[in-house]
Amino acid sequence: MIELKPFLKQLISLPGLSGHEGPAREAIAAAWKPLVDDLSVSPLGSLHALKRGSGPGERPRILLAAHMDAIGLIVTNITPEGLLGITEIGGVDPRILPAMPVMVHTRSGDLPGVVAQPPDRLLPPNARSKPVQLEHLLVDTGLPPDEVHRRVRAGDLVSFGTEPLELAGDTLVGHSLDDRAAVAAVTVCLDELSRRAHVWDVWAAATVQEEETLGGAFTSPYAIRPQIAVAIDVTHAKGPGASDWRTAPLGKGFTLDWGPNTHPALFNAFKETAERAELPYTVTVYPSGSGTDAMGMQIVNEGIPTMVVSIPLRYMHTPVELISLKDIARTGRLLAEFIAGLELDFVEKKLRWEEEA
Amino acid sequence: MTEQPHTTPPAVGAEQLALLERLCNASGVSGDEGEVRKIVLEQVRPLADEVQIDALGSVLAVRHARGVEAPLRVMLDAHMDEVGLLIVSDEENGLYRFVKVGGMDDRALPGKTVLVGKDHIPGVIGAKAIHLTEPGETENKISLDTLRIDVGPNGGKIKPGDRATFATRFRQVGPSIFCKAFDNRVGCAILIETLRAAAQSGALDHLELLVAFTVQEEIGARGARAAAYRFDPEAAFAIDSTPASDLPRYDAREDGAIEDAGYNVRLDHGPAIYLVDSGTLSDPRLARHLMDTAGRHGIPYQVRQPGAGGTDAGSIHRVRAGVPSISISVPARYLHTAAAVARRADWEHTQALLWQALVELDRGILAQPR
Amino acid sequence: MKQLIQRLTEVTGPSGYESAVRDLVRAEIEGLADDIRVDALGNLIARKGQKGAGGVRLMLSAHMDEIGLAVTHIDERGFVRFTAIGGVRPHTCIGGRVRFMNGARGLIFMERPEAPDRLPGLDGLYIDVGATSREDCPVRVGDIGAFERPFLEVGSRLVSKAMDDRVSVAVLIETLRQVQAYSGPNELYFVFSTQEEVGLRGATTAAYGVDPEVGLSVDVTGTGDTPRGARMAVALGKGPAIKVRDGGMLSDPRVVRWMERVAEERGIPYQLEVLEGGTTDARAIQLTRAGVPVGCLSIPTRYIHSPSEMVDIQDVEQSVALLAALVTSKVELD
Repeated sequence: MIELKPFLKQLISLPGLSGHEGPAREAIAAAWKPLVDDLSVSPLGSLHALKRGSGPGERPRILLAAHMDAIGLIVTNITPEGLLGITEIGGVDPRILPAMPVMVHTRSGDLPGVVAQPPDRLLPPNARSKPVQLEHLLVDTGLPPDEVHRRVRAGDLVSFGTEPLELAGDTLVGHSLDDRAAVAAVTVCLDELSRRAHVWDVWAAATVQEEETLGGAFTSPYAIRPQIAVAIDVTHAKGPGASDWRTAPLGKGFTLDWGPNTHPALFNAFKETAERAELPYTVTVYPSGSGTDAMGMQIVNEGIPTMVVSIPLRYMHTPVELISLKDIARTGRLLAEFIAGLELDFVEKKLRWEEEA
Repeated sequence: MTEQPHTTPPAVGAEQLALLERLCNASGVSGDEGEVRKIVLEQVRPLADEVQIDALGSVLAVRHARGVEAPLRVMLDAHMDEVGLLIVSDEENGLYRFVKVGGMDDRALPGKTVLVGKDHIPGVIGAKAIHLTEPGETENKISLDTLRIDVGPNGGKIKPGDRATFATRFRQVGPSIFCKAFDNRVGCAILIETLRAAAQSGALDHLELLVAFTVQEEIGARGARAAAYRFDPEAAFAIDSTPASDLPRYDAREDGAIEDAGYNVRLDHGPAIYLVDSGTLSDPRLARHLMDTAGRHGIPYQVRQPGAGGTDAGSIHRVRAGVPSISISVPARYLHTAAAVARRADWEHTQALLWQALVELDRGILAQPR
Repeated sequence: MKQLIQRLTEVTGPSGYESAVRDLVRAEIEGLADDIRVDALGNLIARKGQKGAGGVRLMLSAHMDEIGLAVTHIDERGFVRFTAIGGVRPHTCIGGRVRFMNGARGLIFMERPEAPDRLPGLDGLYIDVGATSREDCPVRVGDIGAFERPFLEVGSRLVSKAMDDRVSVAVLIETLRQVQAYSGPNELYFVFSTQEEVGLRGATTAAYGVDPEVGLSVDVTGTGDTPRGARMAVALGKGPAIKVRDGGMLSDPRVVRWMERVAEERGIPYQLEVLEGGTTDARAIQLTRAGVPVGCLSIPTRYIHSPSEMVDIQDVEQSVALLAALVTSKVELD
């Protein structure tokens, strides 16, 4: 039985910025190993796990994708004073950065540091009295300049350093919950499937580089060739400054997302599953791109029917992302229920367009 | 090259106008193309050897070559989707908040009639009465956030996720056509007629015709990427519609002495052949073939002005190890608004150019270096 | 090598119309490769070697195309309006010279700006080809051209238009020359790609066709060593740059470590590069099929996307040395 909270807390404490997901991948591999038949790593570093179904011969395949990469910073240059110039990896709102604790990952070990916002008088006139943009922010490691020049180089990674925090209502706070919470949900699913029969082959992918290029989403399905691909990501939960149609209530279940990256028949099948299993959910709609791995997976090769399931999360892309552990567990259950209910002829019978004769 | 039989290109007659009317009046916003798909399926099933719907909803039809070994595999592409609106929240009393799907000018929305959902429930995008506006207010754009679709109190069963399209109904007026979704139902109509004429005349028997009616072009040419990957063609033609904004400049004089250096594509000057757009640098061999063909058959054409805007060719030419591709568009004014204006003659010339270019297409054209 | 760079940069070859560059490259590498082919988008793909035990299929990519322009309108007095092919910025155009694919030449100037301190956009510029009317204008709507500026040598620095990316094309040619005797297990693909400046289009299809196991693009990168310049740790004269990240791509850290290892073993100086804007063919290669570990060897260059791009000849020669060492080494990604 997987312990969701300790696993997730461990996962979000490990570095794993886009393009450099190694440490996160190792932890996920360790958790998945006892639950699956086969583990492999794609050329770009995505973790692929196969749990074979019980069906005969060549079984159809479902792919569950949750991205393991996180946003962060990277060193662009070192000033003569030994301060580090930085730019972003993934989308970072610079307003959350000043005074944030960070960890600089160098060849000779990890150096703790803090993001420094220079005083206004040291900034150009048109940058004063305003949130300071990335080009003027610096990282201070507290070390003397010659040691910094010796140990730190351009290209070194800088990850957010905030510790995970448990808050009331069975919620967890930390950075990288986007999208490690979904990785945890997939883990819950795999755990449940170890006690249930399923006919289809299940591929779980902890994908890379979603925050930058959708690299994992474009490449993982190429060799796996699934009949169905599901992207599990986070979505905006209702909270301060977030209340419109793009948001879903926190702690009231996962969302089923409706829009162009969602095959209508798959959406209906997931909806039926949620209702049958009495799992609470909200429907959210999106006009063109879902902002998830589904955008990439849907157009790989000849195209793949895709579905988007999301977990509501507050303060996305900040170091204090907030999520409901109950919602994560429910998402894992939904995936397990759906997979357990997948019949061999699902594609021919149910995955059709209304206009097909 | 062997002497080609003289073939008459498909004409644009009453039947073709009726089909375009049905296509344009159908609702098919990007990601929700079902209504258009139904019409396309009904039309192409009797004409193609194989028809299937792919994972994204594109209709893929194949007409095999006849009597030829190793025929040239040619893809013809037209997208089924139109730009439109997505209902995002129910605000009670028949009012719904919405957002745009695809590129549209916000200023084209207020005061329009729309049709919502599968049942085409009518509604309006209202605008505040002028009597109630503050001085100077009419100089500012009405923000999209404040617009709502109003179907009347206790109006029909509408929910977030439904799409809405302009309610404009297709009309012919003299040489012109007024309609919504001319982009790109005219392309679909052209491909259907090409298939029909191919089946009836056998004039395209030397080609393996791979015809894709794609989805989601307006939100990134997505359907075309998957369709081209499946078809794996040797050459591709995308048929679309392109904006003609051939209206006079504000400072134009009677004698035309102050010119518009902006837009080049005009109505009444025939199909627009693409050399450069935002997504594709057309294969110059196909461009030469099109222009030579037009010259040989006296078909007027214009060069689509290089610049912004793209077609499905942008996705098609980058698939697998590359596909020589080009686009041809029917010009129309006011695309992506409630009412476009196009000329029947431009449509007919585009149909004719595609037809003759296919009749005279052979591998030799691609054998020369690019 | 300077002469080769000069000959390459002087050719007119904007995106989509690279045939003159391709012909030049072909003539240079005739007899040096086991196999040469041209694909559907005009990429020139030259193979050297056959994959053996312990070897990898390695793709190198340098793009043949340069930024350019396309004619959008000819007015009744014969002035030519244009749009950009690739990243062309107005301030680098004014007063510059243009050469069209059909041989016509001209100069670019601007309309009187509305406000004295405001630069016009591209639509406020025009080309004067010496015509007096639409009828005697030697170009038409849709014609393509590129910038023209003579090659210049100042000290150890070389200056020309289209250093991006002809200097890398030269590096690839020289590297191929230097590895003639190679008989090891790596299968090398020297790809001279097309249409990079408009979205890495050539590399996308070339990579699919080659299906490599490792990819390296060779392209230019900016520097941080000019007055009030970008915040970059890269400078001219400090050696080739090993790219960690740019605006569109994160290099595979294993490839970066391999490149560093080989450079250190051979005593070749190098710099680590993070570029905030722009990207290279490596991004396209990385996302091909099941994915490909990639990196990029960058030639530090000042004034990119202007008619006077500047490189240091020593950086270029060291790039050749590093690239030749890399492709003939055991590719160990760990």
